[in-house]
Amino acid sequence: MANVFTNIGDWVTERAPGMMPMYRAHMTEYYAPKNFNLWYYFGSLALLVLVNQIVTGIFLTMNYNPSAAGAFDSVQYIMRDVEWGWLIRYMHSTGASLFFVVVFLHMFRGIMYGSYKRPRELVWLLGMLIFLVLMAEAFMGYVLPWGNMSFWGAKVIVSLFGTIPVIGSTLVEWIMGDFLPADATLNRFFALHVIALPIVLLLLVVLHIAALHEVGSNNPDGVEIKKGPKGNRWDALKPSDGIPFHPYYTVKDLVGVGFFLLIAAFIIFFAPTFGGWFLEHDNSIMANNLVTPAEIKPVWYFTPFYAIVRMIPSFAGTAVWGVLAMFGAIAVLFLLPWFDRGKVKSIRYRGTGYKVALGLFVLSFFGLGAVGAGITAEVIPEWFGNVDLTTYENAFGRLMTLIYFGFFAFLWAYTHFGWEKTKPVPERVTTHD
Amino acid sequence: MTKRQLLMKRYIFPVALAFSLIVGSVSANAAEGGGLLHAGTNVQDQASLQRGARLFFNYCVGCHSLKYMRYSRIAQDLGLSEQEVMQNLNFTGARFDDPVISHMPAELATKWFGKAPPDLSLEVSAKTADWVYTYLNSFYLDPHSPIGWNNTVLPNAAMPFPLWELQGLQTAQMKPAKVGEDPAVEKLVLSQPGKLTPAQFQQATRDLTNFLEYASEPAALERHHYGIWVLLFLAFFTLLAAMLKKEYWKDVH
Repeated sequence: MANVFTNIGDWVTERAPGMMPMYRAHMTEYYAPKNFNLWYYFGSLALLVLVNQIVTGIFLTMNYNPSAAGAFDSVQYIMRDVEWGWLIRYMHSTGASLFFVVVFLHMFRGIMYGSYKRPRELVWLLGMLIFLVLMAEAFMGYVLPWGNMSFWGAKVIVSLFGTIPVIGSTLVEWIMGDFLPADATLNRFFALHVIALPIVLLLLVVLHIAALHEVGSNNPDGVEIKKGPKGNRWDALKPSDGIPFHPYYTVKDLVGVGFFLLIAAFIIFFAPTFGGWFLEHDNSIMANNLVTPAEIKPVWYFTPFYAIVRMIPSFAGTAVWGVLAMFGAIAVLFLLPWFDRGKVKSIRYRGTGYKVALGLFVLSFFGLGAVGAGITAEVIPEWFGNVDLTTYENAFGRLMTLIYFGFFAFLWAYTHFGWEKTKPVPERVTTHD
Repeated sequence: MTKRQLLMKRYIFPVALAFSLIVGSVSANAAEGGGLLHAGTNVQDQASLQRGARLFFNYCVGCHSLKYMRYSRIAQDLGLSEQEVMQNLNFTGARFDDPVISHMPAELATKWFGKAPPDLSLEVSAKTADWVYTYLNSFYLDPHSPIGWNNTVLPNAAMPFPLWELQGLQTAQMKPAKVGEDPAVEKLVLSQPGKLTPAQFQQATRDLTNFLEYASEPAALERHHYGIWVLLFLAFFTLLAAMLKKEYWKDVH
């Protein structure tokens, strides 16, 4: 039997001599730092969720009806009449939310350990592009079940483009193909969601990983293992602190996959709506342009960005500033490698100012999320009694917006003027399993 | 730092934090819509589902459809035979594989009630079980309403109360009127008892809510059934993976 495999292997190698070297370069001879910690699971988990979304998405497409008249019914058909349809749909809907959970954690890891810094700026930029496309992908997918929150969410989000002076209203009609979200909108969102954006996403993921493997992985100490001593058990010229990605990290990631699937399965089988956070109550009502939900709000992963739109007042006769600020919130993330001039990568050896600022940044992200999700609107009357909600909410939301953007401004000043007191970075990685 | 403390700091604490966040957010959201009664439904309780189905087909289906629910599926999930369902639940002459469609013509219903009675297939998904349960317990006689009934959960609901002979008649005790404010209900009192005691009626509406919760998501029955086994398998898989990882990583120094 082994002989047969060897023969097949030889047959392929003879005809495609580049295959095995490529496999080695990215798997068995890609040397990753040996000190990855918990935070380093989320990249492989994001890839796992991407595969899950594509596979379950294919099966959903087989039974989904992309039309304003049939979409809502077809989702119920999947939930009730299609064999295992409920499981496939819950895997897809839970996967969408967990995608953002792992991607947010993955991005936070990159910020915390300075993985965006030289020489990995390109890895960071490609990752940010993935995030941007992922948001578009998630938004379009959210519209497809054609529930009432899908409809009104789509209307509100697309209307954001309407704030652009002069071309705004024409642009909104062009995006929707109608004056309201309608059959034309649903059809084009379906096309973009199932084929156009996934192709872009896959390409970007390949480039993201390829760019990473050119420069090598960062690690919790922020030490460049390629600049450290050479020679390990496998190769005399490779970094001493590196271990082959396969089998060491494939087998380690497998443990992460196990834990992640336990959490995912718990949600899928026992709390698929996640208390109205993953699948919203108002989406159990079919899209209706005459009935507005009590409170229109986006799914949880968009709430921090949506809050920024709401918190910026309109002036000079236009509301475009809020929309600009929302896109700005993502643009500053793109530019993070250039805001941060500090040479020390990892939070372990950075100044106290950085640690405090990063903590506040995370806090502002959650704070904005609370505003966008309507949590502050519930909590403020409870805590402060009969006060003017808008005043209190705006004060809080604007403070959070200020902190969010303030993080980047502070980071630039802190590192540009040399105010940061860093600790000495060790020569070699310090810990490992 | 000892190895154990390091382990605590690096793994156990973040995992515990993540879990507490997840559990916290679920329970925080469960409190939404304050002032609702706790429905206390359990879709695994087949007897309750059967009683709820009986109530639905006796009191509700005259006006409300369950267009996503087939009679055959109800039979299968509630442990009933085709004959039982066709004789005791199907009063419209529908076939066994047909969905549950009310015979009320939408046009006339709109004329009678001001709006067509909504389909209830996804009512619990849209409003929550607590809402439906509270709604069913909150009807009262209101001489000012065109249909004679009103509801504290959904003021000016277009629906008359078909379960009145079971619950009896509730009337509203109004709050002391304030100048410039609309009159508000203080509490509901049972001014004339019905066929059931208050406790029996609460159980009946709990059964009915339970049946509607099942109708919102029949897959819930399967979910719970398979979920346990999937989690057990994954726990075993994770354990094996962890052991495998430990074995491989023995030689990393």
